[in-house]
Amino acid sequence: MWATTFLLAVREIRRHLLRSFLTILGIVIGVWAVVTMVTLGNGATAAVKEQISSLGANVLQVRPGQGFGRGGGGPQPPDFKIEDIDAIRTQIVGVTAVAPLVQSSGTAVYNAANWSTTINGTNREYFVAQPWTFTGGRIFSEAEEQAGKAVCIIGNTVRSRLFRDEDPVGKRFRIKNISCEIIGTLASKGQGGFGNDQDDIVLMPFKAVQRRMTGNRDVRTIMVSVDANYDSQAIQSSLRDLLRQRRHLSAGAEDDFNIFDTRQISETLQGTTQILTSLLGAVAAVSLLVGGIGIMNIMLVSVTERTREIGIRLAIGAVAREVLLQFLVEAVTLACLGGLLGLLLALISTLALAPVLKVPFIFDAQINLIAFVFSALIGVVFGYFPARRAASLNPIEALRHE
Amino acid sequence: MPGDVASGETLISLRGVRKIFGEGPTAFAALKGVDIDIAKGDFVAVMGPSGSGKSTTMNILGCLDVPTDGEYLFRGYHVERLDRDQRALLRRRYLGFVFQGFNLLARTSALENVELPLVYRGEEKAARREAAMAALDKVGLADWWDHTPAELSGGQQQRVAIARAIVTHPDVLLADEPTGNLDTERSIEIMELLTDLNRNSDITVLMVTHESDMAAYARTIIHFRDGLVERTETGKKA
Repeated sequence: MWATTFLLAVREIRRHLLRSFLTILGIVIGVWAVVTMVTLGNGATAAVKEQISSLGANVLQVRPGQGFGRGGGGPQPPDFKIEDIDAIRTQIVGVTAVAPLVQSSGTAVYNAANWSTTINGTNREYFVAQPWTFTGGRIFSEAEEQAGKAVCIIGNTVRSRLFRDEDPVGKRFRIKNISCEIIGTLASKGQGGFGNDQDDIVLMPFKAVQRRMTGNRDVRTIMVSVDANYDSQAIQSSLRDLLRQRRHLSAGAEDDFNIFDTRQISETLQGTTQILTSLLGAVAAVSLLVGGIGIMNIMLVSVTERTREIGIRLAIGAVAREVLLQFLVEAVTLACLGGLLGLLLALISTLALAPVLKVPFIFDAQINLIAFVFSALIGVVFGYFPARRAASLNPIEALRHE
Repeated sequence: MPGDVASGETLISLRGVRKIFGEGPTAFAALKGVDIDIAKGDFVAVMGPSGSGKSTTMNILGCLDVPTDGEYLFRGYHVERLDRDQRALLRRRYLGFVFQGFNLLARTSALENVELPLVYRGEEKAARREAAMAALDKVGLADWWDHTPAELSGGQQQRVAIARAIVTHPDVLLADEPTGNLDTERSIEIMELLTDLNRNSDITVLMVTHESDMAAYARTIIHFRDGLVERTETGKKA
């Protein structure tokens, strides 16, 4: 009997292609919206996670001032001193690496090529805190770091702009009018979380940058890598106490520096994108529900329109259950078709949109399955009422229906 | 006992059948005590003015409706005691219907229309095709099997409807004004087809008509008036 009713339902759908298509349009759009939103949302979450992890896992970034900027009016809070780095390393437990970041910018020149870039002065521990991969060469030696020797490690953008296919390791180039030996090249990290090019960078020993470029002993940023076995919150608070003491802040004064916890930011941002994903998914789910009501509408109209046909079927000898089943199977088949079509459209549109929105495409089997099952369920729920109405028709009156 | 009925024996009998529509003061007695016996192999025409109860009688004979009172024995089954689905199964097994308005499924080929009763019987596709083609051949439309009702003339549509009614080899063919929508020439063709089916395929034919020309093809003519059988006569051409 199932095969029979399925056959009748498919015949009926084929016979009214346009009507069938319009019936399922709501479901198609609903499934499409839900799956697209959730898939892109998952991609965005993954992208955020990826970008944050490129800042280094369990890294605290300490900067002078409040927030991201150096603050508005009033005296500028002072930069850190190199002694602060040593103090953190020796006085705080659970720290695996402490690296200064002394920034400058200038033009790098090699033969005829030149390229304006960012110069970061740092120490050997920086490579513990930051997840860089080397494509060639090495990090600075301790001697080079102590002496502030002009040795450079260059990012992928700088390498490709100045050296093209040449291997730069061992070559010398000029940066901010200093001749510098290239000792290492870095693998590409791509775009950062704030749209910046993370590969447009030259790394040098901090003393070299301080002495030959910035001309002072200030350190703008301190990066502190935290041992995963220690409580990051506790380390943050002892780090804060230490810096307050070293910067001579009185008990009531506000901090004149801020600690930026990449993991905390990562969790917050991921939480935010996940909430947004759920929210968009929920909105899309409402459209799926509306699609279901659309099916019920058309099926009810269809029962009225096909009253005579139902009369014929009943007269020929269809029992009530068969008519009910036919209409129900019709509704469910339509809904499933709508679901499949929606999934297909979602697949196409997410594949097309992911590169545009710069998020990775992550196929989520679960949401696809849920959306499909949900659309089938909508067929059952919203198909049942019209189907029962069809099955309960009196054959004599149905045959007389004009 | 329910069972097979030999030709000439009583297939259908109504005993004191009354049908009342509505309740209370608006109640209307459509049938007021009808007794009819129809033998297997008979060709019966039911005639009478509108409101005489002939359609109600046909609905009851077609197991589409049940009497308010009285007995309806079909092949020994007490039809008045059967529920909706049991009567549907009885129709499926033993009855074929032809209507005034043809009542074919639109946008559906003649073949698929004729197959429909077999679909409900759960017959295999190949068997369905074969039986449906045989039925179409019997009504002379084998070459038109892939045409939809819109592509067929009224007479052809009614032939398809007859093919649909006989595809299950029913005991009884119930025809409600089968020539009501056709011109005289087509009407005669349909009547000749029904006569042929009655004589050569051993199908009992029950037909409602108000045209005495058409009723003349029947062996027995039952006249209704005011919910009662007025008189019974023998058809002139039979």
